[in-house]
Amino acid sequence: MSIATAAATETAAARRRGLTVAARPYLLIAPSLVFLLLLFLVPLLQTIALAFHTGAGPGFGNFAAMLDDLDFNAAVRDTFALVIVVVPLQLALALGMSMMLRHLRRGRDLVLWIWSIPLGISDLAAGLVWLAILTDKGYLNTVLFHLGAIARPQSWLTYETPFTLFLAILAAEMWRATAIVFVILVAGVQLVPREFEEAASVFGATPWQRFRRVTLPLLRPSIQTALILRTVLAFETFAVVLAIGGRNFPVLISQAFEWQNAEQNYGVAAAYAVLIMAITLAATLVFLIALRPRAGEAT
Amino acid sequence: MTGRRALYVAGVVVVCAWTVVPIYLLALGALGGSKTVYAWPKPFLPVGFAAENFTAFLHIAGIWPAMLRSVEVALMCMAFSIALGAPAGYALARYAFRGATVYRLVILLTRAFPVGILALPLAVSYVRLGLYDTPLGVALIHTALAMPFAVLISASLFLGIPRELEEAAWVFGCSGAGAFRRIVLPLALPGIAAAAIFAFVISWNEVFAATVLTVRNKTLTAYLLSVLSESPLQTQLAGGLLLILPSVFFIFLVRRYLFAMWGIASR
Repeated sequence: MSIATAAATETAAARRRGLTVAARPYLLIAPSLVFLLLLFLVPLLQTIALAFHTGAGPGFGNFAAMLDDLDFNAAVRDTFALVIVVVPLQLALALGMSMMLRHLRRGRDLVLWIWSIPLGISDLAAGLVWLAILTDKGYLNTVLFHLGAIARPQSWLTYETPFTLFLAILAAEMWRATAIVFVILVAGVQLVPREFEEAASVFGATPWQRFRRVTLPLLRPSIQTALILRTVLAFETFAVVLAIGGRNFPVLISQAFEWQNAEQNYGVAAAYAVLIMAITLAATLVFLIALRPRAGEAT
Repeated sequence: MTGRRALYVAGVVVVCAWTVVPIYLLALGALGGSKTVYAWPKPFLPVGFAAENFTAFLHIAGIWPAMLRSVEVALMCMAFSIALGAPAGYALARYAFRGATVYRLVILLTRAFPVGILALPLAVSYVRLGLYDTPLGVALIHTALAMPFAVLISASLFLGIPRELEEAAWVFGCSGAGAFRRIVLPLALPGIAAAAIFAFVISWNEVFAATVLTVRNKTLTAYLLSVLSESPLQTQLAGGLLLILPSVFFIFLVRRYLFAMWGIASR
């Protein structure tokens, strides 16, 4: 073998090796992409197809049936009421928690763990926790009884008490799902250099001014993520509502479930699903635009 | 200043109590038996610890099989998430390739989407594919929920392992795969274990998809939801406690990774 041919084979081999190296990242992500295609994109398109397909061919029949659903208006009202009240409250509480944590000297790890426990708790379990507290003979009524506020067991979770039922679901959601907002914010707070706040304090900023003018603006990306994730999940709140309210507190997702499982009407269920997707998409866009990085700001 | 500090500490204690006391009360109800559940006014301390109440609960028909099925589904979800997600995370961390940004965006996008709802159309295709009412079918949709996390967590893990270590191994004659197995993998393993545990917890807790996709072979959450309206309160509370206990333990195991996880996830 001459030197020239040897060199040629070697460069060919190197080129081949170069090709396989270039292909390597694609080979590594390919399985996950194929999986997402089959288990995410395909069912997503199927949902839309199902929603717009009726016995008589394509059309809006399923959406008409959805609008005629006796519980539709109540479901829209309750879903939005819950999301609009719970998400800002959770953001406020989580901000307060991450600021408190910042001033903690000892026991930080323990507190962090305790505050993230709800992250691992299913919404069904959370519903059952608050059911134990809020039933007629529950712990809340026991406290109220000892305080002399009530004389006998009192119902809070029935059809006749929609407001306290709403408060109960609100409490359960606050208890369960504030942790995710908190964890995202703490991850963001860790990226904010302490020196910024110290500098502000040297220049005479009050704690409130430091929080309002320094920490909060720097946290905007984390707040955006937290709001998007939390809002998407809030529109999916299912088992909490079912465990505490049963059929007395219809939300969009429980209606979708009802049409699918009880009525076996996949079309109307899909129409509900499309509505929920559209709403969450709109909410995500609103947060992306409202909390976008301002001009002249590094991201 | 001390006054303010006292205020902070008081706040911390209040939020800790707000988190822990409800779980304690659930445990009281779950372990106290029917006497506690229907007592009025309720005692706030355990009246005669009665583990038999909990074991009685475990003997209710359907609980054990449902729990084992939940474990089976969660283990499958865990394996799938890591098998699919960790290589992708490695690719994101180690290679600059065209489409990396788009891929990352797709992964983030699936997280800003109500994935559970996709169970509705999947029920139709699962019937056709013979996956309806099987643990595998539930595990697949749970993987769609958990895998994006596995990708992002492992990407940040591999980023944290210096490239030079791997290159040094190549210099000393390790193949690409050998260097990965002997150098990178041992260093990344604790973090990957955390990602795996997180996938387990996501699957263990999921209610909606599991309920929609099963009839007879229900997971624990789906089973508890289906008997919600007909079972006695005490059974429901015991079920709730059974759901919570493993999760609390697992969150304790992965607590060091939780913040890194969500930190990277938010960028």
